[in-house]
Amino acid sequence: MTIAPSPVAPATTTDQLLHFDDVAMTFPNGTTALSGVSLTVNRGEFVTVVGPSGCGKSTLLRIASGLTPATEGVTQVDTNRIGYVFQDATLLPWRDVQSNVELLAELNGIPKATRKKTAKEAIDLVGLSGFEKHLPKTLSGGMKMRTSLARSLTLNPELFLFDEPFGALDEITRERLNDELIRLFTEQQFAGLFITHSVSEAVYLSTRVIVMSGRPGHIVDEFPVEFPFPRDPDIRFTAEFAELCGQVSHALREGHS
Amino acid sequence: MTTTSSAPTTGAPVRPATVKRSKSRAATWIPPVLVFLGVLAVWYAITYLILDEKRRFLMPPPHEVVAAFFDPATFLEIVQALGRTTMVALVGLAFAIVIGVLWAVAMSQAKWVERSLYPYAVVLQCIPILALVPLIGFWFGFEYPARVIVCIMIALFPMVSNTLFGLQSVDPGQRELFQLQRASRWTVLSKLEFPAALPAIFAGMRISAGLAVVGAIVGDFFFRRGEPGLGSLLSTYTARLRSAELFATIFVAALLGVAIFALFGWIGKRVVGKWYDFSAN
Repeated sequence: MTIAPSPVAPATTTDQLLHFDDVAMTFPNGTTALSGVSLTVNRGEFVTVVGPSGCGKSTLLRIASGLTPATEGVTQVDTNRIGYVFQDATLLPWRDVQSNVELLAELNGIPKATRKKTAKEAIDLVGLSGFEKHLPKTLSGGMKMRTSLARSLTLNPELFLFDEPFGALDEITRERLNDELIRLFTEQQFAGLFITHSVSEAVYLSTRVIVMSGRPGHIVDEFPVEFPFPRDPDIRFTAEFAELCGQVSHALREGHS
Repeated sequence: MTTTSSAPTTGAPVRPATVKRSKSRAATWIPPVLVFLGVLAVWYAITYLILDEKRRFLMPPPHEVVAAFFDPATFLEIVQALGRTTMVALVGLAFAIVIGVLWAVAMSQAKWVERSLYPYAVVLQCIPILALVPLIGFWFGFEYPARVIVCIMIALFPMVSNTLFGLQSVDPGQRELFQLQRASRWTVLSKLEFPAALPAIFAGMRISAGLAVVGAIVGDFFFRRGEPGLGSLLSTYTARLRSAELFATIFVAALLGVAIFALFGWIGKRVVGKWYDFSAN
């Protein structure tokens, strides 16, 4: 129903990759992080969740990935190729870029020659060719995030979960990585579930923006984003873009109060 | 192209950088050298100005200590003792490292193991080893094995506590990364926890290395059987009031401690210095 006109994702695919039905999460200490969340992510979609800090956005991803089971409701994941990009790059400091990118394949027992090749391709995809032998401590924040992205790309994910991956980066790096992400989304054809607290990032990246309220987090509104892919960076300066951002911000404020 | 264009720009700042480096090298060496000279001056002052001739043996002047050390018979005695003590210290340290790391790994694998074993690591650290030394002599004889055991007991705790700290200090995000791939416990240990713990393990090794030398000398000092190490020598020279030789032996023992400490610092830097900055912590 809210599938964006994308040149890659055939408009006919509506098969679902992730489905939450009335999901709730209460931590052992009694805090309710999420309540009554129902959400579907289909193939070809890039769904962004915005919400105030502490509204359980990240918990949503943890449930989707299986890191933490939900305490209530149904969670259905229809793929086992899940990429997960954390807030921090979580690179292993003793491994160089190449070897960090190979890690997930290595953990899955993929033979050395194959994983070397996959890693090389992923490194090329995120524009880090030439940095294979660099250790994480010699990389900038943006390059670390690229490495982290490349690492997840080696899994060839069908569903890609992003937990505020660019939150710690400066504006310029963030915008550049947003464009790279859009490029990857259109080329690699994964579905995305992206957490952020930046409204403009949410609108710019996604096919659908979901607005969550403060704790306990629940969905208060949903906005389809109809701009075509690959996105022109200049749409950020259009009136439609500004208006959509305004609507999302408004919904955020409403949900917060 | 790139070499010609980059040469002038990089050429300029290179020179002040080297000047700065040699300056900072001087800055690191001059103060300790000054302190050393100061200590020598105070030493001479004590020997010649404070002590009268009859009591001068309490603090023989530095040049007599040096002369005593290079006396052929004494030199041989000290060097042989040094060799034996070094052997005991290194063997004891090797055992302490292996036992300490295994102990910590066992504790890191299950909370109940940690709860059961950690108190004993602390107890080991708290009991005065000197009180146990005679007992160790009873049980294991008064020779080589007993010395190594004293050494291990003194050097063990820093290995256990540092390794455990290192294993437990793994970033939760990195843990989850492994968890998402359903990595086995062994994989998490070998590919994540152990490499992450290496800086802490090497920090522990440096502390244990110094303690191993202390242990080797203490054991030797008490067990004076078999071939003498530095400890036996210290005790012999004390008994015979050969104070210049005693001082020389003390310095050799101190240098051994420093050398082993530095050796493990160097090994640590070689192994993890590429990705871990020791000076930052």
